Amino acid sequence: MNDAHYARRQKVNTLMFALTAVCAAISAGALLAVLGYIVWQGASSLSWSFLTNLPKPVGEIGGGIANSIVGSAKVVGLAGVMGIPIGVLSGLYLAEYGRGRYAFCVRYAADVMNGVPSIVVGLFAYALIVHPMKKFSALSGSVALAVIMIPIVLRNTEEFLRLVPGTLREAALALGVPRWRVTLFVILPTAGRGIMTGALLALARVAGETAPLIFTAFGNRFPDNGWLNPIATLPHTIFTYAIAPYEDWHRQAWAAALILMSFVLAVNVMARLWLKP
Amino acid sequence: MKQAERAGDRLFRAAVAGVSGIVLIAALALAAQLARESAGTWKTFGLSFLWTSTWDPVNDVFGALPFLYGTAASSLLALIIAVPLGVGAAVFLTELAPPRLAGILMFAIELLAAVPSVILGLIGIFVMVPAMRAIGSPYGVGLLTAGLILAFMILPYITTITREVLLTVPRPLQEAMLALGATRWEVVRGVSLPYARSGVIGAVFLSLGRALGETMAVTMVIGNTPRISASLFDPAYSMAAVIANELAEAASDAHLSALVAIGLTLMAVTVVVNGAARLMIYRLERRL
Repeated sequence: MNDAHYARRQKVNTLMFALTAVCAAISAGALLAVLGYIVWQGASSLSWSFLTNLPKPVGEIGGGIANSIVGSAKVVGLAGVMGIPIGVLSGLYLAEYGRGRYAFCVRYAADVMNGVPSIVVGLFAYALIVHPMKKFSALSGSVALAVIMIPIVLRNTEEFLRLVPGTLREAALALGVPRWRVTLFVILPTAGRGIMTGALLALARVAGETAPLIFTAFGNRFPDNGWLNPIATLPHTIFTYAIAPYEDWHRQAWAAALILMSFVLAVNVMARLWLKP
Repeated sequence: MKQAERAGDRLFRAAVAGVSGIVLIAALALAAQLARESAGTWKTFGLSFLWTSTWDPVNDVFGALPFLYGTAASSLLALIIAVPLGVGAAVFLTELAPPRLAGILMFAIELLAAVPSVILGLIGIFVMVPAMRAIGSPYGVGLLTAGLILAFMILPYITTITREVLLTVPRPLQEAMLALGATRWEVVRGVSLPYARSGVIGAVFLSLGRALGETMAVTMVIGNTPRISASLFDPAYSMAAVIANELAEAASDAHLSALVAIGLTLMAVTVVVNGAARLMIYRLERRL
């Protein structure tokens, strides 16, 4: 009787842990499945001319996505130029002086912004820039992406600055260096690697954002025409091609997805290797 | 000399405080802009905008209920699928897997969170939709398809946070139960999971916040039909998806205003959900 009871408990134990193993396998396997499928579908359409040519007129087979790659680089680049300094300096403020009520408000605002869906940030950029100018523009897309980046970079910067040992600061201060120079030239560089990695990850994250670009950067089948005109971006092109009824566009969507995915994964893997001691 | 140094410190502090003000201003401006642009809708329809279900851009009659339903239903489905999977995976990774294997699996699961949602949507359109059709869904697109894809998007959050909380369970508690003759699973059920409960609930709220606001993958597979239907196989629509699909071609100012009103509602909901998640995690941190 007792033996049977014990055997049953052992069985439950084995069964439940087998189930958790299956859960883990499904979770990790999902990534492999996604990656494998994208490579399988996308690799055959990838060629040098696909990367360097412009899209063909609608209806013609072939063409490339050069304008989307350049567009993504420009929109994400400008977003980084705006978002990274603001995020790093705000994070610095919170880590160094962040005790009062004002700092609490900033931290709270950053937390809220971090949770706001990216499409809502897109609406913000639309209301702020597109609507008054009556025109979709690369600039509005960059502003949307910068707003998404700022709380991520801020959080990360604050965390890494807090890891800098206090003795380092005290040693520098004891040498008579003014506090602001200690902060800028001792504390910040010490945390530099973590901060830069975080900024890079934030760039990779917004490079894949589509939702806020649909009604800001809008997309364009031609080379871009300055910051105040619509611009093509990689994720948005994938979206338009995927929902279009043309077989050839689907093929190109997979190839573009392979490029975007490789970039995002490369940055993530690099960041991880770089941060490992 | 001394005086100049002090001035330098004050200036520096004021400068970084000023820059961080941008974050504050951005958050306030965001809420203010959405409120201003959606004012027309609230004035015309009042709060009944949220519980009427006519969406007719041609006659400028707007009600957001089908979108609220689609967002809520697809997110709940995602939670129902992802929470057991994620908690199960976290238990395996903390209690059973050898550290090396756990590290590799964890890395793969975290990378899943980095996959852009438009790419998951692509997989959704060309793999999951045909698969759903094969198992008997009449359209392939629909609530269940959206819920499934959302589940994979939130799975990494649930797994990562649950694992982190499970790692904080005090060893002596577990050992005490093992010494009393419990099996390892009984320890997980009796000690680890109850101890980690508030962390898991925090993870659930955090994932819910993500799922509610997720746009691309949902837009691509939910079917984009503003209708409330009992079947999970039927096409539906979500708040984020309708903004993504209609804003760039909004027919009139009233249409635009209604879409922004949906955006404001979505933002309010996610802020509340994220607030709840933070509260849970804050409680947990205080206990530690």
